[in-house]
Amino acid sequence: MLQYLLRRLLGLIPTLLIVGVLVFMFVHLLPGDPARLAAGQDATPETVKLVREDLGLDKSLPEQFLRFAGGVLHWDFGKSLRTKRPVSTEIAERFMPTLWLTIAAMAWSVTIGMLIGTLSAVWRNRWPDRLGMTLAVSGISFPAFALGMMLMQLFSVQLGWLPTVGADTWRHYILPSLTLGAAVAAIMARFTRSSFVDILGEDYVRTARAKGLSETTVVIKHGLRNALIPVVTMMGLQFGFLLGGSIVVEVVFNWPGLGRLLIDAVDMRDYPVIQALVLLFSLEFIVINLLVDVLYAVINPTIRYR
Amino acid sequence: MSATAAEAEPQAAVRTLWTEFWRKFKRQHVAVVAGVFVVMLVAMAVLAPFIVPYDAENFFDYDSINARPSLKHLFGVDPIGRDIFSRILMGARISLAAGFLSVAIGALIGTALGLVAGYREGWWDRLIMRLCDVLFAFPGILLAIGIVAILGGGMANVIIAVSIFSIPTFARLVRGNTLSLKHLTYVEAARSVGASDWTIVLRHIFPGTIAAVVVYFSLRIGTSIITAASLSFIGMGAQPPTPEWGAMLNEARADMMTAPHVALFPSMAIFFTVLAFNLLGDGLRDALDPKIDRR
Repeated sequence: MLQYLLRRLLGLIPTLLIVGVLVFMFVHLLPGDPARLAAGQDATPETVKLVREDLGLDKSLPEQFLRFAGGVLHWDFGKSLRTKRPVSTEIAERFMPTLWLTIAAMAWSVTIGMLIGTLSAVWRNRWPDRLGMTLAVSGISFPAFALGMMLMQLFSVQLGWLPTVGADTWRHYILPSLTLGAAVAAIMARFTRSSFVDILGEDYVRTARAKGLSETTVVIKHGLRNALIPVVTMMGLQFGFLLGGSIVVEVVFNWPGLGRLLIDAVDMRDYPVIQALVLLFSLEFIVINLLVDVLYAVINPTIRYR
Repeated sequence: MSATAAEAEPQAAVRTLWTEFWRKFKRQHVAVVAGVFVVMLVAMAVLAPFIVPYDAENFFDYDSINARPSLKHLFGVDPIGRDIFSRILMGARISLAAGFLSVAIGALIGTALGLVAGYREGWWDRLIMRLCDVLFAFPGILLAIGIVAILGGGMANVIIAVSIFSIPTFARLVRGNTLSLKHLTYVEAARSVGASDWTIVLRHIFPGTIAAVVVYFSLRIGTSIITAASLSFIGMGAQPPTPEWGAMLNEARADMMTAPHVALFPSMAIFFTVLAFNLLGDGLRDALDPKIDRR
């Protein structure tokens, strides 16, 4: 197990390196001179030159990359061009609201999605299935930002039950996490259903039924565990989807999280912040996929830790 | 089960892949309806400039600002007096074109890469799959935002951004299919009679991957329309006054209190369009996947 984990961690290094190079190159792909961007519109050529030296932009590309990579390893992403504060501070302040939002969305959507998927598979082609799958296909077809606006209009503006924007109390989390999780719940439901339908056709399920076990036992003990194996993989992929989705949802609900920070940074061309956020988002995604693979190996005994 | 059903149809004299597909597809009524809806939508989008009742960007009816839907303005009027129905129709052109073009570009490049990776294996395979891993390492819309940040806003760049993030999905899909097809007897036979690599890949392997690509194409269009609209919604795609659905929703946000119907119609337009493509894709998958008769 440990060996498998180590091997997987080592395997990440090339991907991380390429992601790092791409994120580093990002600054150099931006139209215009990053030093001028950093110095501001009205800066004199002398100031631009000083800023260029300060940022190390006068050095060769490999040197710059080493400097960038060294900084990243020390959690130093430079200073935000907009607020002049360290990027790491900016991110630290915004990190928790996004994390909680993502976790809240993940928790409800996976639970509900798997429940709907299981019920649909058990009552295949009957009304619970039709209802569940209609909900699911609607869920993947409804864009998050439109759903968020409609929920806000209904529950906050017209009914006045829930707050509109901000992230102060748990009540603030309800609408954004519903919005963010809807598509994931839908995907999980569809995926769980098809996985379960496959499993329920297996020989060992027939055997379990033949020896007189109750249908509940068959579904829960023999079906669920086996059906979960592909579902766990899907869950990991969905986490990445949530990270991306949170960007849009945060704009709708004016959420003080990383997504809003990214949008503001892109608007203001605050490239150190963009760089750090893109790196952070992809790092999270990569780590989550690794965790999922490990979890997959844990629940699926047929996989030997090669 | 499928075998007996098929044998029960004696008139099936010529059973090409196409008739077989059609036989299965037309049994799925929901998908057929979705397909008809998509065709109508495309027709309306193409004809939009000739059938819109008002100019989508430059007609302002100042007497009916924020008017609710009526016979004069089918979907009502927005806060600056523009006819929402006309804007939705013109917006269909943008959203459909963005969805279709971006997936087409992604599918084309992805399929080519997948064929090379699967057929050549070895070094090519490792390189291409590593590239896909890297693209997969960025959550979808983040990659698009990064690309738009580099290239600048506007629909053309949004299409490029969305197509880039469709590439790895198609590459993986086609690679998997190619790997399983290339060892089949008919491919070996083609190779043994001296067919060139080009012929084998294009004439014998590629046709075998088309079914999977078509299914993904349809399902992916829905995702791409949502992504493109999302980018416009957060202000990185089409800019006002362009009647792009996501941009329209963004504009409508400011007036949700006084004119919620302005947001309703673009939302519904995106929802029904994407829903149609998803239902169509589900139907295509069920019709093209030989394993699915048990449903």
